[in-house]
Amino acid sequence: MIGIIDYGLGNIKAFSNIYKSFDIPYMVISEKSELEKVNKLILPGVGAFDDAMKKFKNSGLKNKVESMVFDSKVPVLGICVGLQMLGNSSDEGVEEGLKWIDAEIKLFDSTKIDFSTKLPHMGWNSINILEKNNPLFSNINTGDRFYFLHSYYFDCNKQDNILAECSYGSTFTCAANYNNIYGVQFHPEKSHFNGEKLLYNFSKI
Amino acid sequence: MLHPRIIPNLLIQNKGLVKTVNFKNPKYVGDPLNAVKIFNEKSVDELIVTDIDATVHNKKPDFSLIEKIANQSRMPLCYGGGIKNANQAKTIFSLGVEKIAISSAAIENPKIINDIADSVGNQSVVIVLDVKKRFLGRGYDIFTHNSKRKTGIDLIDFINKLKTMGVGEILLNSIDQDGTMLGYDFNLIDKVKKVTTLPLTVLGGAGSLDDIGSLIDKYKIIGAGAGSLFVFKGKYKAVLINYPNNEEKMKLINTYMN
Repeated sequence: MIGIIDYGLGNIKAFSNIYKSFDIPYMVISEKSELEKVNKLILPGVGAFDDAMKKFKNSGLKNKVESMVFDSKVPVLGICVGLQMLGNSSDEGVEEGLKWIDAEIKLFDSTKIDFSTKLPHMGWNSINILEKNNPLFSNINTGDRFYFLHSYYFDCNKQDNILAECSYGSTFTCAANYNNIYGVQFHPEKSHFNGEKLLYNFSKI
Repeated sequence: MLHPRIIPNLLIQNKGLVKTVNFKNPKYVGDPLNAVKIFNEKSVDELIVTDIDATVHNKKPDFSLIEKIANQSRMPLCYGGGIKNANQAKTIFSLGVEKIAISSAAIENPKIINDIADSVGNQSVVIVLDVKKRFLGRGYDIFTHNSKRKTGIDLIDFINKLKTMGVGEILLNSIDQDGTMLGYDFNLIDKVKKVTTLPLTVLGGAGSLDDIGSLIDKYKIIGAGAGSLFVFKGKYKAVLINYPNNEEKMKLINTYMN
């Protein structure tokens, strides 16, 4: 059973719609007790980093989720700001990140972006998969397009944690992995077949 | 490489899908849910759905229809029509819609933009500007209520004011070009591009993929919106939901992005 963590941010409905269409059991988690029923977790997120961190900390779910991820090795997938929350800190705010993956969240350097609209990085962009055998990217290839919407990026301190990269002005990490912890910067729930494949792959990890 | 977005714009009236010319004479072109289903299968970059009845008849957004549309959309979805406050925006967001488009409510009371941005995030707030050329080409006026109400607000003045507000994107809609399929109004787009770096999606006039190509050639990263182009086929405007396939789209992008 996949648990979609609902702490007040993110397009929960979009994830539910996809798992429902695949007949994959899922539930939306907003109470600590509900976490008992799931063995995989999706951590969505949109908007500002501090707002997301505060809402997650105040949701009453954080401690239990951390024990699931670290003691029971439950696979977790952070999405967009949900990925950024996995890092140490963010240029966007003052809140501490979860520090599950060693990374800092940085603002894109606008001076390197050639277009008149600099930020956010919004739209479809192709990705470069570095860890081709990672199960998250099964049946997904370098060059495939995903939908992005963000102004900050996940800057991994350890090269080993980078699963896939993308380019906007400069190259940045668009998918990261450390043990059972995964995160993607793009929105698989809004990336047509490629996104559906990725969410399906995660359900099989 | 980031790609420009090619975006069908669907108009809803009386639960049916319609298409207008200069915002007038809505022609029934089918069932909106069926159209959304087809556009989803065709992997459109994004979809804009606008209820052109809601504000004019002072109706609330049709939440049940919006939910059905969102259920089928595996791409970013923007909904506009009848949204008057942050609570409605929040409800629409919770139904699975990413982008909330507002027009008259925000133009009458710009404070509502920040209220909505506070509840769903700046990135999700789209301001829709329906504009008409002034006589003798002296700038553009903003209209609301399906072009029936002239606000007396100058387009460029209003965009300058947006800078301090929580807007994530501008949807610029040319009433003069709507439904004509004669090409985008580049003069209008130039004027707007000069005063803002906000993400911009333009609507009105696209009559062929070449029109979209010219737009990409000129502005590179932009939202290329089109209504008639993606619901009609041929010179007699037979109704046919269509959209470039992946190969055609990539060819178009690769030709004009360089």
